[in-house]
Amino acid sequence: MLKATGVTKSFGEGASRMMALRGVDLAVDYGEMLYIVGPSGSGKTTLLSIISGILRPDSGQVFVKDQDIWALDNDTLAGFRLQTIGFVFQDYHLFPRLTTAENVAIPLILRRTPWAQSLEKARQTLSIVGLEKRESLPPYKLSGGEQQRVAIARAIISSPDLLIFDEPTASLDGDTGRKIVSFVKENILNPKRAIIIVTHDSRIYEYATRVVHMEDGHIVPAEGVADAH
Amino acid sequence: MNGLLRIALKLLLNDRGKFATLVIGITFSAFLMTQMTSMFSGILYQSAANIINVGAKMWVMDPAVETPQNSIPMPAYVLDAVRSIPGVKFAVPLYIGAGLVKLHDGTYQAATIIGIDDASLFGRPRMIAGHILDIYKNNAFIMVKDTNYAKLDDPKVGTTFEINDHRAVVVGLARTAVPGLFGLPTLYTTYSRATQDLPPTRYEISYILVEPKGRADILPIEAAVHRLGYLALTDQEFIARNDRFYEFKTGMGTNIMMMTLISFLVGLSIAGETFYMFILDNIEHFGALKAIGAKSGELIQMIVFQALVVGFLGFGFGVLLSAGLIALAKLQIPNYAAMVTYISLGLALVMVLIISMFSSYIGIRKVTRIDPFDVFRG
Repeated sequence: MLKATGVTKSFGEGASRMMALRGVDLAVDYGEMLYIVGPSGSGKTTLLSIISGILRPDSGQVFVKDQDIWALDNDTLAGFRLQTIGFVFQDYHLFPRLTTAENVAIPLILRRTPWAQSLEKARQTLSIVGLEKRESLPPYKLSGGEQQRVAIARAIISSPDLLIFDEPTASLDGDTGRKIVSFVKENILNPKRAIIIVTHDSRIYEYATRVVHMEDGHIVPAEGVADAH
Repeated sequence: MNGLLRIALKLLLNDRGKFATLVIGITFSAFLMTQMTSMFSGILYQSAANIINVGAKMWVMDPAVETPQNSIPMPAYVLDAVRSIPGVKFAVPLYIGAGLVKLHDGTYQAATIIGIDDASLFGRPRMIAGHILDIYKNNAFIMVKDTNYAKLDDPKVGTTFEINDHRAVVVGLARTAVPGLFGLPTLYTTYSRATQDLPPTRYEISYILVEPKGRADILPIEAAVHRLGYLALTDQEFIARNDRFYEFKTGMGTNIMMMTLISFLVGLSIAGETFYMFILDNIEHFGALKAIGAKSGELIQMIVFQALVVGFLGFGFGVLLSAGLIALAKLQIPNYAAMVTYISLGLALVMVLIISMFSSYIGIRKVTRIDPFDVFRG
């Protein structure tokens, strides 16, 4: 489903140049719930941004559904992300001045789906994440866990093949975090979809189907992580 | 409505504080710009009252004349010379001067006296009481019932008073299209009576009113009058000459332009800063939209739409406020010189659009530069 080969990325110039990724290879199949784990600064978020078509690599290729995504121009790539990838950001990034349902409907609205149809689909999707009664509330009136579920609903509304989660439990307490990830695995993951989660929350490793460990811009053998898994 | 624009509208409307600040800022700016230009338009329009009310196609005058109020008398031979110019269908003299009216209570009121050609009565006003032929009666004057009418104690047909120590009888009431700028009542009489009753100068003809045979005759007539050492203008040229006088030779135009510019800058700064704050408040969300798959063009569309919504609302409210205030002022001060013209509306609209475009440009610069990667980095 996803294949990245020889991906490198550096930031800065001259003496301050810092290598974030040093030739990363990664493959993800449909039905996988892959965790990318590692310490801060190991390159997890950079890798996530590159494989999701947000940050251009210095070298290497990324294929998603056999499409070399970095061969696409910016607008086509934006359209590809919209069609293929769902994002759940660490800080959720929900619009506080839109209702929950309107927030969820945004990917459909970006795809030019009519307003009423988008909102109807958003209500249905909110019911999947158990928030059907919260549709008309603004996000700031919801708890952290509920906001996380709204973000998940927004990510899955357009039925993407690939779901990207950035630190999904960072803002949640342990119990809520586990419930969310468990919910994702049981209800969102399916054989036609892959999920990639960047985290360093070891309490949720048990839900992964596979864990890769990053350190200093490399994917390294996952000692300990494998044990936890 | 396009779903994205609907989202943009909701983002704007639901941020009530900033939305109100934006609309109020632009309203205030549009109000001031419309008010300033409307006042100036009103002044220009009323200053050209005599040209509009008399309604002649061409006016012959001394070349030094710049406004219809300040005529320089011309000798009688000029009238004969103009009448002999080919292409002139007819030419008649006109007298415009100031008279002093003594009212029954002994007080004095200055008035504009217009003496129209005895034979043709060309340039006469529209009668609303009495008959125009009564102007030939002894001491007859026709009173214009405009906003300055009450200053002569609301005279009726038959009312008498003194004008420059001569007996005057009101034989009729008339309407004209435009009241004068300087708040003086207007009285019409015959040219011969006006030149008899008002203090005579060496020459008596204020203007010569010319009716050309056709449009093609206008330029040759103007050239022929020029050769006589005088100036012939069409009514529109005379109005434009009058406008230029007030615009460039009185300081009025410069003052109004400066006030309009200041109003524009006030609107620009309020709207620009508030819109920038609005974009900054939503910048991470715009970044998230970009990450999800919104194209830069779509985000630009949203921002321009938001700026145009506040721009048009502010413009509408500003114009309404200005028109309302002018209407209210006219109820209290009937001679209040202000009128909302298409030009002042157009000018205010262009300036509001510039404010909107400037505001959206600031937002667009910010939004197009945000890197969705920053959304991941938090």
